[in-house]
Amino acid sequence: MILEVKNVSIRYKTGDFKDIGLKEYLMRKATHNYHVKSFWADKDVSFSLEKGDMLGIIGRNGAGKSTLLKAVTGIMEPTKGKVTRKGSVAALLELASGFDKELTVKENTYLRGAMLGYTRKFMDETYDKIIDFAELKDFQDRPFKQLSSGMKSRLAFSIASLVQPDILILDEVLSVGDGAFRKKSEAKMREIIDGGATTILVTHSVNQVRAMCNKVLWLEKGEQVEYGGDVQGICDRYQAFLDSMDTGKR
Amino acid sequence: MIKKLMQHRFLFEELVKRDFKTKYKRTVLGIGWSLLSPLLLLLVLKLVFTELYGKTTPHFSIYLFCGVLVWNYFTEATKGGMRSLMDNSGIFTKVNVPKYLFLLSKNVQALISFLLTLVILFIFVAFDTLTPSLRYFSLFYPIICLVLFNIGVGMILSALFIFFRDTQYLYEIFTRLLMYLSAIFYTVDRFSEQAQQYFLLNPLYLFIRYFRSVIIENAVPDIRFHLLIAVDVLVALGLGCWMYKKNNTKFLYYV
Repeated sequence: MILEVKNVSIRYKTGDFKDIGLKEYLMRKATHNYHVKSFWADKDVSFSLEKGDMLGIIGRNGAGKSTLLKAVTGIMEPTKGKVTRKGSVAALLELASGFDKELTVKENTYLRGAMLGYTRKFMDETYDKIIDFAELKDFQDRPFKQLSSGMKSRLAFSIASLVQPDILILDEVLSVGDGAFRKKSEAKMREIIDGGATTILVTHSVNQVRAMCNKVLWLEKGEQVEYGGDVQGICDRYQAFLDSMDTGKR
Repeated sequence: MIKKLMQHRFLFEELVKRDFKTKYKRTVLGIGWSLLSPLLLLLVLKLVFTELYGKTTPHFSIYLFCGVLVWNYFTEATKGGMRSLMDNSGIFTKVNVPKYLFLLSKNVQALISFLLTLVILFIFVAFDTLTPSLRYFSLFYPIICLVLFNIGVGMILSALFIFFRDTQYLYEIFTRLLMYLSAIFYTVDRFSEQAQQYFLLNPLYLFIRYFRSVIIENAVPDIRFHLLIAVDVLVALGLGCWMYKKNNTKFLYYV
Protein backbone atom coordinates (compact mmCIF):
# COMPACT_ATOMS: atom_id res chain seq x y z
CA MET A 1 0.00 0.00 0.00
CA ILE A 2 1.45 3.29 -1.07
CA LEU A 3 -1.27 5.75 -0.08
CA GLU A 4 -3.98 5.39 2.49
CA VAL A 5 -6.71 7.91 3.16
CA LYS A 6 -8.61 6.82 6.22
CA ASN A 7 -11.89 8.39 7.35
CA VAL A 8 -10.75 11.79 6.23
CA SER A 9 -13.02 14.73 6.93
CA ILE A 10 -12.06 18.26 6.09
CA ARG A 11 -13.71 21.33 7.43
CA TYR A 12 -13.36 24.20 5.03
CA LYS A 13 -13.60 27.76 6.21
CA THR A 14 -14.90 30.59 4.15
CA GLY A 15 -16.50 33.90 4.86
CA ASP A 16 -15.81 37.47 5.81
CA PHE A 17 -12.19 37.10 6.80
CA LYS A 18 -11.01 37.13 3.21
CA ASP A 19 -9.97 40.41 1.65
CA ILE A 20 -11.14 42.63 4.45
CA GLY A 21 -9.00 45.23 6.06
CA LEU A 22 -8.25 45.72 9.70
CA LYS A 23 -10.85 48.45 10.10
CA GLU A 24 -13.55 46.35 8.52
CA TYR A 25 -12.54 43.43 10.71
CA LEU A 26 -12.78 45.45 13.91
CA MET A 27 -16.04 47.08 12.82
CA ARG A 28 -17.64 43.76 12.06
CA LYS A 29 -16.37 42.20 15.24
CA ALA A 30 -17.80 45.13 17.19
CA THR A 31 -21.18 44.96 15.48
CA HIS A 32 -21.29 41.16 15.57
CA ASN A 33 -21.47 41.12 11.83
CA TYR A 34 -18.40 38.98 11.37
CA HIS A 35 -19.36 35.69 9.85
CA VAL A 36 -17.11 32.77 9.24
CA LYS A 37 -18.89 29.90 7.66
CA SER A 38 -17.38 26.52 7.79
CA PHE A 39 -18.66 23.44 6.13
CA TRP A 40 -17.50 19.90 5.66
CA ALA A 41 -15.87 19.82 2.23
CA ASP A 42 -15.20 16.14 2.71
CA LYS A 43 -16.94 13.80 5.07
CA ASP A 44 -15.48 10.48 6.10
CA VAL A 45 -13.72 9.64 2.86
CA SER A 46 -11.55 6.53 2.71
CA PHE A 47 -9.58 4.88 -0.01
CA SER A 48 -6.24 3.20 -0.43
CA LEU A 49 -3.93 2.75 -3.38
CA GLU A 50 -1.47 0.03 -4.19
CA LYS A 51 1.50 0.51 -6.45
CA GLY A 52 0.36 0.79 -10.06
CA ASP A 53 -3.21 1.74 -9.23
CA MET A 54 -4.95 4.49 -11.10
CA LEU A 55 -7.76 6.05 -9.17
CA GLY A 56 -10.34 8.22 -10.85
CA ILE A 57 -12.12 10.73 -8.68
CA ILE A 58 -15.44 11.79 -10.10
CA GLY A 59 -18.12 14.11 -8.87
CA ARG A 60 -19.84 17.34 -9.74
CA ASN A 61 -18.49 20.78 -8.97
CA GLY A 62 -18.17 21.36 -5.26
CA ALA A 63 -18.07 17.67 -4.48
CA GLY A 64 -14.85 18.12 -2.52
CA LYS A 65 -12.44 16.67 -5.05
CA SER A 66 -9.85 19.43 -4.98
CA THR A 67 -9.98 19.75 -1.21
CA LEU A 68 -9.41 16.02 -0.87
CA LEU A 69 -6.38 16.24 -3.13
CA LYS A 70 -5.00 19.07 -1.06
CA ALA A 71 -5.12 16.78 1.94
CA VAL A 72 -3.45 14.01 -0.03
CA THR A 73 -0.57 16.30 -1.00
CA GLY A 74 -0.26 17.72 2.49
CA ILE A 75 -1.16 21.29 1.55
CA MET A 76 -4.12 20.98 3.91
CA GLU A 77 -4.44 18.98 7.04
CA PRO A 78 -7.51 16.77 7.49
CA THR A 79 -9.71 17.93 10.34
CA LYS A 80 -10.41 14.30 11.16
CA GLY A 81 -8.89 11.09 9.90
CA LYS A 82 -5.49 10.34 8.54
CA VAL A 83 -3.52 10.39 5.31
CA THR A 84 -0.55 8.03 5.10
CA ARG A 85 1.89 8.47 2.25
CA LYS A 86 4.71 6.14 1.41
CA GLY A 87 6.70 7.83 -1.28
CA SER A 88 6.96 11.15 -3.04
CA VAL A 89 3.85 12.91 -4.23
CA ALA A 90 3.86 15.14 -7.28
CA ALA A 91 0.69 17.11 -7.52
CA LEU A 92 -0.45 19.26 -10.31
CA LEU A 93 -3.56 20.89 -9.10
CA GLU A 94 -5.10 23.25 -11.62
CA LEU A 95 -2.29 22.71 -14.00
CA ALA A 96 -1.81 25.91 -15.89
CA SER A 97 -1.63 28.09 -12.80
CA GLY A 98 1.50 28.53 -10.77
CA PHE A 99 3.65 29.47 -13.72
CA ASP A 100 5.34 32.84 -13.69
CA LYS A 101 4.20 34.80 -16.70
CA GLU A 102 7.33 36.93 -16.92
CA LEU A 103 9.79 34.06 -17.04
CA THR A 104 10.62 32.21 -20.22
CA VAL A 105 9.31 28.78 -21.04
CA LYS A 106 12.64 27.23 -20.14
CA GLU A 107 12.87 29.01 -16.80
CA ASN A 108 9.32 28.04 -15.96
CA THR A 109 10.01 24.43 -16.81
CA TYR A 110 12.91 24.34 -14.38
CA LEU A 111 10.94 26.15 -11.71
CA ARG A 112 8.04 23.72 -12.05
CA GLY A 113 10.41 20.78 -11.96
CA ALA A 114 11.93 22.16 -8.79
CA MET A 115 8.48 22.62 -7.24
CA LEU A 116 7.72 18.99 -7.95
CA GLY A 117 10.81 18.05 -6.01
CA TYR A 118 13.23 17.05 -8.75
CA THR A 119 16.93 17.68 -8.89
CA ARG A 120 18.71 19.98 -11.29
CA LYS A 121 20.54 17.03 -12.77
CA PHE A 122 17.28 15.28 -13.52
CA MET A 123 15.85 18.40 -15.13
CA ASP A 124 18.99 18.88 -17.24
CA GLU A 125 18.56 15.36 -18.51
CA THR A 126 14.83 15.49 -19.17
CA TYR A 127 14.43 19.08 -20.32
CA ASP A 128 14.78 18.33 -24.03
CA LYS A 129 12.28 15.50 -23.78
CA ILE A 130 9.80 17.73 -22.01
CA ILE A 131 10.05 20.47 -24.63
CA ASP A 132 9.83 17.97 -27.47
CA PHE A 133 6.78 16.35 -26.02
CA ALA A 134 5.08 19.69 -25.48
CA GLU A 135 6.00 20.69 -29.05
CA LEU A 136 7.37 24.01 -27.83
CA LYS A 137 10.89 23.85 -29.17
CA ASP A 138 10.53 27.14 -31.01
CA PHE A 139 9.12 28.87 -27.94
CA GLN A 140 11.78 27.97 -25.37
CA ASP A 141 13.02 31.49 -24.80
CA ARG A 142 9.71 33.29 -25.14
CA PRO A 143 8.12 34.78 -22.04
CA PHE A 144 5.45 32.51 -20.72
CA LYS A 145 2.71 35.12 -21.13
CA GLN A 146 3.03 34.93 -24.91
CA LEU A 147 1.89 31.32 -24.95
CA SER A 148 -1.65 30.30 -25.75
CA SER A 149 -3.57 28.51 -23.04
CA GLY A 150 -3.33 25.28 -25.00
CA MET A 151 0.45 25.57 -25.10
CA LYS A 152 0.57 26.26 -21.36
CA SER A 153 -1.42 23.15 -20.60
CA ARG A 154 0.72 21.11 -22.94
CA LEU A 155 3.84 22.22 -21.12
CA ALA A 156 2.30 21.55 -17.74
CA PHE A 157 1.27 18.08 -18.78
CA SER A 158 4.65 17.30 -20.28
CA ILE A 159 6.52 18.28 -17.14
CA ALA A 160 4.13 16.26 -15.02
CA SER A 161 4.26 13.15 -17.11
CA LEU A 162 7.97 13.00 -17.82
CA VAL A 163 8.97 13.15 -14.23
CA GLN A 164 8.54 9.96 -12.23
CA PRO A 165 7.07 10.38 -8.78
CA ASP A 166 5.73 7.51 -6.71
CA ILE A 167 2.33 9.12 -6.65
CA LEU A 168 1.19 11.44 -9.42
CA ILE A 169 -1.89 13.58 -9.07
CA LEU A 170 -3.47 14.98 -12.19
CA ASP A 171 -6.29 17.42 -11.83
CA GLU A 172 -8.30 18.10 -14.96
CA VAL A 173 -5.28 17.64 -17.18
CA LEU A 174 -6.53 15.56 -19.98
CA SER A 175 -9.30 17.92 -20.86
CA VAL A 176 -6.78 20.32 -22.35
CA GLY A 177 -5.11 20.63 -25.68
CA ASP A 178 -6.37 19.90 -29.14
CA GLY A 179 -7.40 16.47 -30.39
CA ALA A 180 -3.95 15.42 -31.53
CA PHE A 181 -2.30 16.34 -28.27
CA ARG A 182 -5.03 14.70 -26.27
CA LYS A 183 -4.38 11.41 -28.06
CA LYS A 184 -0.70 11.74 -27.38
CA SER A 185 -1.24 12.59 -23.73
CA GLU A 186 -3.58 9.67 -23.23
CA ALA A 187 -0.99 7.35 -24.71
CA LYS A 188 1.55 8.86 -22.34
CA MET A 189 -0.76 8.27 -19.39
CA ARG A 190 -1.07 4.63 -20.39
CA GLU A 191 2.69 4.40 -20.46
CA ILE A 192 2.90 5.87 -16.97
CA ILE A 193 0.34 3.44 -15.61
CA ASP A 194 2.05 0.51 -17.29
CA GLY A 195 5.32 1.73 -15.84
CA GLY A 196 3.90 1.12 -12.37
CA ALA A 197 3.30 4.64 -11.15
CA THR A 198 0.39 5.27 -8.84
CA THR A 199 -1.85 7.93 -10.22
CA ILE A 200 -4.87 9.88 -9.12
CA LEU A 201 -6.89 11.43 -11.89
CA VAL A 202 -9.54 14.02 -11.24
CA THR A 203 -11.80 14.69 -14.13
CA HIS A 204 -15.29 15.52 -15.30
CA SER A 205 -14.98 13.08 -18.14
CA VAL A 206 -16.52 9.73 -17.24
CA ASN A 207 -15.18 8.24 -20.44
CA GLN A 208 -11.61 8.94 -19.42
CA VAL A 209 -12.17 7.21 -16.12
CA ARG A 210 -13.73 4.22 -17.85
CA ALA A 211 -10.80 3.99 -20.23
CA MET A 212 -7.95 4.45 -17.83
CA CYS A 213 -8.74 3.80 -14.18
CA ASN A 214 -8.91 0.60 -12.18
CA LYS A 215 -10.50 2.23 -9.13
CA VAL A 216 -13.11 4.93 -8.82
CA LEU A 217 -14.11 7.24 -6.02
CA TRP A 218 -17.40 9.07 -6.46
CA LEU A 219 -17.96 12.11 -4.29
CA GLU A 220 -21.10 14.14 -3.95
CA LYS A 221 -21.24 17.19 -1.69
CA GLY A 222 -18.31 15.89 0.30
CA GLU A 223 -19.86 12.49 0.90
CA GLN A 224 -18.34 9.34 -0.43
CA VAL A 225 -21.07 7.83 -2.59
CA GLU A 226 -19.15 4.88 -3.91
CA TYR A 227 -15.62 3.59 -4.00
CA GLY A 228 -14.16 0.46 -5.46
CA GLY A 229 -12.74 -1.44 -8.37
CA ASP A 230 -16.03 -1.85 -10.23
CA VAL A 231 -15.14 0.98 -12.60
CA GLN A 232 -17.80 0.40 -15.22
CA GLY A 233 -20.55 -0.16 -12.67
CA ILE A 234 -19.77 2.98 -10.68
CA CYS A 235 -19.40 5.02 -13.84
CA ASP A 236 -22.76 3.74 -15.09
CA ARG A 237 -24.48 4.76 -11.87
CA TYR A 238 -22.68 8.12 -11.84
CA GLN A 239 -23.75 8.74 -15.43
CA ALA A 240 -27.32 7.80 -14.53
CA PHE A 241 -27.13 10.17 -11.56
CA LEU A 242 -25.94 12.99 -13.80
CA ASP A 243 -28.72 12.27 -16.30
CA SER A 244 -31.33 12.31 -13.54
CA MET A 245 -30.00 15.67 -12.35
CA ASP A 246 -30.30 16.96 -15.88
CA THR A 247 -33.87 15.82 -16.36
CA GLY A 248 -34.70 17.11 -12.93
CA LYS A 249 -33.66 20.55 -14.04
CA ARG A 250 -35.80 20.49 -17.13
CA MET B 1 15.09 23.10 8.86
CA ILE B 2 18.61 22.94 7.43
CA LYS B 3 18.02 19.40 6.20
CA LYS B 4 14.78 20.45 4.56
CA LEU B 5 16.54 23.39 2.98
CA MET B 6 19.11 21.08 1.44
CA GLN B 7 16.34 18.91 0.13
CA HIS B 8 14.75 21.90 -1.55
CA ARG B 9 17.98 23.45 -2.71
CA PHE B 10 17.11 23.26 -6.37
CA LEU B 11 13.76 24.94 -5.81
CA PHE B 12 15.40 27.58 -3.67
CA GLU B 13 17.96 28.37 -6.35
CA GLU B 14 15.26 28.61 -8.99
CA LEU B 15 13.23 30.94 -6.78
CA VAL B 16 16.22 33.18 -6.20
CA LYS B 17 16.85 33.28 -9.94
CA ARG B 18 13.23 34.06 -10.65
CA ASP B 19 13.13 36.86 -8.10
CA PHE B 20 16.23 38.41 -9.60
CA LYS B 21 14.93 38.20 -13.12
CA THR B 22 11.52 39.60 -12.34
CA LYS B 23 12.93 42.40 -10.23
CA TYR B 24 15.46 43.69 -12.68
CA LYS B 25 13.84 42.88 -15.99
CA ARG B 26 13.92 45.74 -18.43
CA THR B 27 16.00 47.92 -16.16
CA VAL B 28 19.18 49.46 -17.52
CA LEU B 29 21.15 49.44 -14.30
CA GLY B 30 19.89 46.10 -13.01
CA ILE B 31 21.29 45.46 -9.58
CA GLY B 32 22.92 48.88 -9.79
CA TRP B 33 19.62 50.31 -8.61
CA SER B 34 20.01 48.55 -5.30
CA LEU B 35 23.34 50.31 -4.84
CA LEU B 36 22.17 53.64 -6.12
CA SER B 37 19.33 53.94 -3.66
CA PRO B 38 21.42 53.85 -0.45
CA LEU B 39 24.09 56.04 -2.05
CA LEU B 40 21.57 58.70 -3.03
CA LEU B 41 20.04 58.62 0.44
CA LEU B 42 23.53 59.02 1.84
CA LEU B 43 24.20 61.97 -0.46
CA VAL B 44 21.01 63.76 0.49
CA LEU B 45 21.51 63.21 4.21
CA LYS B 46 25.07 64.46 3.89
CA LEU B 47 23.97 67.60 2.06
CA VAL B 48 21.15 68.37 4.45
CA PHE B 49 22.63 67.46 7.81
CA THR B 50 26.27 68.46 7.49
CA GLU B 51 25.27 71.97 8.52
CA LEU B 52 23.36 70.72 11.56
CA TYR B 53 25.36 67.79 12.89
CA GLY B 54 28.31 67.33 10.57
CA LYS B 55 30.61 69.81 12.21
CA THR B 56 30.38 68.26 15.66
CA THR B 57 30.46 64.64 14.52
CA PRO B 58 33.83 63.21 13.49
CA HIS B 59 33.85 61.23 10.24
CA PHE B 60 30.32 62.32 9.53
CA SER B 61 30.14 60.63 6.09
CA ILE B 62 31.08 57.28 7.55
CA TYR B 63 28.78 57.91 10.49
CA LEU B 64 25.88 58.46 8.10
CA PHE B 65 26.90 55.58 5.84
CA CYS B 66 26.77 53.06 8.70
CA GLY B 67 23.23 54.17 9.47
CA VAL B 68 22.10 54.14 5.85
CA LEU B 69 23.70 50.75 5.22
CA VAL B 70 21.88 48.98 8.05
CA TRP B 71 18.67 50.89 7.53
CA ASN B 72 18.52 50.20 3.83
CA TYR B 73 19.12 46.49 4.24
CA PHE B 74 16.50 46.25 6.95
CA THR B 75 13.78 48.02 4.97
CA GLU B 76 14.57 46.30 1.68
CA ALA B 77 14.57 42.85 3.25
CA THR B 78 11.47 43.31 5.37
CA LYS B 79 9.35 45.20 2.85
CA GLY B 80 10.22 42.72 0.12
CA GLY B 81 9.72 39.87 2.54
CA MET B 82 6.31 41.09 3.59
CA ARG B 83 4.82 40.34 0.16
CA SER B 84 6.73 37.13 -0.42
CA LEU B 85 4.12 34.75 0.90
CA MET B 86 1.19 36.52 -0.76
CA ASP B 87 2.91 36.80 -4.12
CA ASN B 88 3.59 33.09 -4.12
CA SER B 89 0.16 32.00 -3.02
CA GLY B 90 -0.35 30.53 -6.49
CA ILE B 91 2.41 28.09 -5.68
CA PHE B 92 1.90 27.10 -2.08
CA THR B 93 -1.83 26.44 -2.54
CA LYS B 94 -0.99 23.95 -5.30
CA VAL B 95 2.24 22.32 -4.26
CA ASN B 96 3.40 21.35 -0.82
CA VAL B 97 6.65 23.27 -0.39
CA PRO B 98 8.11 24.87 2.73
CA LYS B 99 6.66 28.37 2.77
CA TYR B 100 9.69 30.10 4.21
CA LEU B 101 11.58 29.45 0.96
CA PHE B 102 9.82 32.39 -0.67
CA LEU B 103 10.88 34.72 2.09
CA LEU B 104 14.45 33.45 2.15
CA SER B 105 14.68 33.93 -1.59
CA LYS B 106 13.69 37.59 -1.22
CA ASN B 107 16.18 37.95 1.59
CA VAL B 108 19.02 36.67 -0.56
CA GLN B 109 18.36 39.54 -2.92
CA ALA B 110 18.47 42.13 -0.15
CA LEU B 111 21.54 40.50 1.36
CA ILE B 112 23.46 40.75 -1.90
CA SER B 113 22.77 44.44 -2.26
CA PHE B 114 23.68 44.90 1.40
CA LEU B 115 27.04 43.20 0.90
CA LEU B 116 27.76 45.27 -2.20
CA THR B 117 26.92 48.44 -0.27
CA LEU B 118 29.16 47.24 2.51
CA VAL B 119 32.06 46.99 0.04
CA ILE B 120 31.41 50.58 -0.99
CA LEU B 121 31.41 51.59 2.69
CA PHE B 122 34.87 50.05 3.05
CA ILE B 123 36.03 51.98 0.01
CA PHE B 124 34.77 55.14 1.70
CA VAL B 125 36.63 54.12 4.84
CA ALA B 126 39.82 53.64 2.85
CA PHE B 127 39.58 57.19 1.54
CA ASP B 128 38.81 58.56 4.99
CA THR B 129 41.49 59.05 7.60
CA LEU B 130 40.33 55.93 9.44
CA THR B 131 42.63 52.94 9.56
CA PRO B 132 40.92 49.56 9.38
CA SER B 133 42.05 47.04 11.96
CA LEU B 134 41.53 43.38 12.77
CA ARG B 135 38.64 44.49 14.96
CA TYR B 136 36.63 44.89 11.77
CA PHE B 137 36.21 41.12 11.76
CA SER B 138 33.92 41.49 14.77
CA LEU B 139 31.40 42.95 12.30
CA PHE B 140 30.53 39.38 11.40
CA TYR B 141 28.49 39.28 14.57
CA PRO B 142 26.08 42.14 13.79
CA ILE B 143 25.91 41.09 10.12
CA ILE B 144 24.86 37.53 10.90
CA CYS B 145 22.47 38.77 13.57
CA LEU B 146 20.99 41.32 11.18
CA VAL B 147 20.41 38.66 8.53
CA LEU B 148 18.55 36.51 11.07
CA PHE B 149 16.69 39.48 12.49
CA ASN B 150 15.47 40.50 9.03
CA ILE B 151 14.32 36.96 8.31
CA GLY B 152 12.41 36.90 11.58
CA VAL B 153 10.74 40.26 11.00
CA GLY B 154 10.02 39.22 7.40
CA MET B 155 8.29 36.06 8.63
CA ILE B 156 6.12 38.01 11.04
CA LEU B 157 5.20 40.60 8.42
CA SER B 158 4.50 38.15 5.61
CA ALA B 159 2.23 36.13 7.88
CA LEU B 160 0.40 39.24 9.05
CA PHE B 161 0.09 40.47 5.48
CA ILE B 162 -1.81 37.32 4.53
CA PHE B 163 -4.36 37.99 7.27
CA PHE B 164 -4.58 41.76 6.94
CA ARG B 165 -3.58 43.72 3.87
CA ASP B 166 -3.39 46.80 6.10
CA THR B 167 -0.12 45.48 7.38
CA GLN B 168 1.53 47.12 4.39
CA TYR B 169 0.35 50.63 5.30
CA LEU B 170 0.87 50.23 9.00
CA TYR B 171 4.38 49.03 8.40
CA GLU B 172 5.04 51.93 6.06
CA ILE B 173 4.18 54.36 8.85
CA PHE B 174 6.05 52.30 11.41
CA THR B 175 9.28 52.29 9.41
CA ARG B 176 9.06 56.02 8.76
CA LEU B 177 8.82 56.68 12.49
CA LEU B 178 11.49 54.12 13.26
CA MET B 179 13.86 55.81 10.86
CA TYR B 180 13.77 59.00 12.95
CA LEU B 181 14.24 56.99 16.12
CA SER B 182 17.30 55.13 14.87
CA ALA B 183 19.81 57.96 15.06
CA ILE B 184 20.74 57.60 11.43
CA PHE B 185 21.68 61.24 10.88
CA TYR B 186 22.00 62.62 14.40
CA THR B 187 23.98 61.67 17.45
CA VAL B 188 22.37 60.50 20.67
CA ASP B 189 24.71 62.35 23.04
CA ARG B 190 22.57 65.44 22.80
CA PHE B 191 19.91 63.52 24.76
CA SER B 192 19.88 62.95 28.52
CA GLU B 193 21.54 59.83 29.93
CA GLN B 194 18.13 58.33 30.54
CA ALA B 195 16.86 59.01 27.03
CA GLN B 196 19.98 57.43 25.61
CA GLN B 197 19.09 54.22 27.44
CA TYR B 198 15.76 54.12 25.60
CA PHE B 199 17.58 53.99 22.29
CA LEU B 200 18.89 50.58 23.30
CA LEU B 201 15.35 49.25 23.01
CA ASN B 202 15.50 49.85 19.28
CA PRO B 203 17.16 46.88 17.54
CA LEU B 204 18.02 48.97 14.51
CA TYR B 205 19.89 51.44 16.69
CA LEU B 206 21.86 48.58 18.23
CA PHE B 207 22.99 47.33 14.84
CA ILE B 208 23.90 50.78 13.60
CA ARG B 209 25.70 51.61 16.84
CA TYR B 210 27.72 48.40 16.55
CA PHE B 211 28.91 49.26 13.05
CA ARG B 212 29.85 52.80 14.07
CA SER B 213 31.61 51.69 17.18
CA VAL B 214 33.83 49.26 15.29
CA ILE B 215 34.43 51.30 12.16
CA ILE B 216 34.77 54.80 13.58
CA GLU B 217 35.87 54.30 17.17
CA ASN B 218 37.77 51.08 16.51
CA ALA B 219 36.17 49.55 19.59
CA VAL B 220 34.12 46.38 19.94
CA PRO B 221 30.98 46.98 22.08
CA ASP B 222 30.73 45.25 25.44
CA ILE B 223 29.15 41.87 26.12
CA ARG B 224 25.87 43.42 27.29
CA PHE B 225 25.48 44.96 23.87
CA HIS B 226 25.96 41.59 22.20
CA LEU B 227 23.37 40.05 24.45
CA LEU B 228 20.83 42.77 23.69
CA ILE B 229 21.22 42.10 19.97
CA ALA B 230 20.96 38.35 20.50
CA VAL B 231 17.73 38.78 22.46
CA ASP B 232 16.18 40.89 19.70
CA VAL B 233 17.14 38.33 17.08
CA LEU B 234 15.75 35.45 19.12
CA VAL B 235 12.48 37.25 19.75
CA ALA B 236 11.97 38.17 16.08
CA LEU B 237 13.00 34.79 14.74
CA GLY B 238 11.12 32.87 17.40
CA LEU B 239 7.91 34.80 16.85
CA GLY B 240 8.25 34.46 13.07
CA CYS B 241 8.83 30.71 13.16
CA TRP B 242 5.99 30.25 15.60
CA MET B 243 3.58 32.15 13.33
CA TYR B 244 4.62 30.13 10.31
CA LYS B 245 4.31 26.87 12.16
CA LYS B 246 0.97 27.68 13.70
CA ASN B 247 -0.58 28.91 10.47
CA ASN B 248 1.16 26.59 8.02
CA THR B 249 -2.06 25.00 6.81
CA LYS B 250 -4.26 28.02 7.50
CA PHE B 251 -2.67 30.52 5.12
CA LEU B 252 -4.45 29.06 2.14
CA TYR B 253 -7.86 30.04 3.48
CA TYR B 254 -6.93 33.69 3.33
CA VAL B 255 -5.45 34.09 -0.14
